[in-house]
Amino acid sequence: MSSSPSRITARFETLKAENRAAFIPFIMAGDPDYDTSLDLMKQLPAAGADLIELGICFTDPMADGPAIQAAGLRALAAGQTLKKTLQMVREFRKEDDATPIILMGYYNPVYSMGVDNFLAEAKDAGVDGLIVVDLPPEEDEELCLPAGKTGLDFIRLATPTTDDKRLPSVVKNTSGFVYYVSVAGITGGATGANDTVSSAVGRLKAASGLPVAVGFGVKTPERAAEIARTADAVVVGSALIEALAGALEKDQNSRDKITSAVTSLAKSLADAAHSAR
Amino acid sequence: MSSTPSGEILNSYRTGPDAQGRFGKFGGRFVAETLMPLILELEKEYEAAKADPAFREELDYYLEHYVGRPSPLYFAERLTEMVRADVPEGKGAKIYFKRDELNHTGAHKINNCIGQILLARRMGKTRIIAETGAGQHGVATATVCARFGLPCIVYMGATDVERQKPNVFRMKLLGAEVRPVTSGAATLKDAMNDALRDWVTNVEDTFYIIGTAAGPHPYPQLVRDFQSVIGIEAKAQMKAAEGRLPDVIMACIGGGSNAIGLFHPFLDDRDVEIIGVEAAGHGIDTDKHAASLTGGRAGVLHGNRTYLLQSDDGQILDAHSISAGLDYPGIGPEHSWLHETGRVKYVSATDDEALQAFQTCCAQEGIIPALEPSHALARAIEKAGQMDRDQILLLNMCGRGDKDIFTVADALGKDI
Repeated sequence: MSSSPSRITARFETLKAENRAAFIPFIMAGDPDYDTSLDLMKQLPAAGADLIELGICFTDPMADGPAIQAAGLRALAAGQTLKKTLQMVREFRKEDDATPIILMGYYNPVYSMGVDNFLAEAKDAGVDGLIVVDLPPEEDEELCLPAGKTGLDFIRLATPTTDDKRLPSVVKNTSGFVYYVSVAGITGGATGANDTVSSAVGRLKAASGLPVAVGFGVKTPERAAEIARTADAVVVGSALIEALAGALEKDQNSRDKITSAVTSLAKSLADAAHSAR
Repeated sequence: MSSTPSGEILNSYRTGPDAQGRFGKFGGRFVAETLMPLILELEKEYEAAKADPAFREELDYYLEHYVGRPSPLYFAERLTEMVRADVPEGKGAKIYFKRDELNHTGAHKINNCIGQILLARRMGKTRIIAETGAGQHGVATATVCARFGLPCIVYMGATDVERQKPNVFRMKLLGAEVRPVTSGAATLKDAMNDALRDWVTNVEDTFYIIGTAAGPHPYPQLVRDFQSVIGIEAKAQMKAAEGRLPDVIMACIGGGSNAIGLFHPFLDDRDVEIIGVEAAGHGIDTDKHAASLTGGRAGVLHGNRTYLLQSDDGQILDAHSISAGLDYPGIGPEHSWLHETGRVKYVSATDDEALQAFQTCCAQEGIIPALEPSHALARAIEKAGQMDRDQILLLNMCGRGDKDIFTVADALGKDI
């Protein structure tokens, strides 16, 4: 591992010094096509993204609601692959060497590429962290531990069902930050009650000593602001993807309209998160 | 003793899974964190239930009086004679059927559903969900839910809802809510995805009755154990009928629950040759088949590592089989392990071969088999012809074919 702090750690240190929460948008790599998606990704930092979660498309996204399922299918239909997703990160890194990039998805595409091969490619492309939904701590030897050795943060999901007994094992090999899934459910559904979320954030911070991001079901600037008061970061995915899908439905040929539909919503969410405290 | 491809000597093939839920490298617990505490609780509860004589007693009671077990062992005499008529003198093994198609609801599926619903009750769960392809597991789940008075939601691909209308109506009569799944390819794997999405959202009160020997640990183990009643009975019945074990046992494989149920009690009987038959659809060399072991490679889906039909990029491919029950791009993890260790031999049969065997069985034995075991039957007829006359082949007749008559009529170009 390199001795300099990771982009993720450096970014959270800056945010802490500025006393503001991070805004983390999620987009699906290759949705609706490679070029539009890369354009959109490049515009996210200017729209207020402090970190970016980039989805790896998969045919069977078992933890995702309809919006992200559809995004993955659009990307697959446009020919997106894991290799192309890594290529997107390479392209992005040519212009931006500071914004942390976290790949989020399911294990099979990674396993299919080969874990060692994937980790080397991801590191080389400029990926900073990984969130893999179907790898709980019980399967740490698959990817989490090898990722740590490569110098990539493996960001764990903690959920309302993660009780005190499980919490130590959930945070044990986590680095970068912890992602709190605010509700037992799929992406794009309901959001957790405010007091429950803030007490969970406190519990996770204490147990992990890491920043805590909150996601699942965050759709409005108001909700983003509420979360940003206690959490270190707010993650928004489905709402942005719904904006993309809406623009796509109106005019599938206008790349500008599609990207600006997402960035304008991202900007209002980012502003709310940034000014919450 | 025999050796695996890696040269490892195994004293027993019946010790899996290990503490991590693995059969060799297959199996495991590849699920979202939300489900992990529940899966660990299920494992604990299952271990407790196994050690509890009252659970065993209750299970045995329902298997006997509700399911109708033991299912008969039947010598398929005319089929045997038919095979012998076409092969050289001295060839043509005796063919036996294990008649699990005579169970209540018409297939082996209910063996597992009874077991799982008793577990759900032990755990205090009040809502049952299930996935179904052809509808057999859905019907079996709806049946036990009606029997025990629990609400039942069955996820079923919209494509399958359309082509399996009688089973959809059966489930509704039994009080289940059938939710058509339109995501992805709208077939069995997508139904399983939506069932998992429901489970993750309703984790507190809901028990997921998985229909095949796949999914996250402990499902492959507990489904196998509940289905092993097939093999345990068959062993005893075969000894009573012939004074010895069969030389070959065969079963069809989609996810592989009927097959593992027959095979598992025989795994350490080294003289018994074990053959699983996958669905080759239009042919293994086409892109329309469901033979995960023959045409796939190792991957991770629905909570376990196993052989999957997948693209170079690790995207899951749609399976195809004339039999909706075999139409799944994966297979239970224990089968993947048995395949790699070489203990079980896996072959395949096409749609056309299964259709032919289906008709042969109707005509020779007066038994309308499901299209699923018709795949195994196609290879069994061939295999019996190569075996000696004093040998015995046992086939698991895991389901009856009433549900398939529309599909068969359609394939044969007949109007009903």
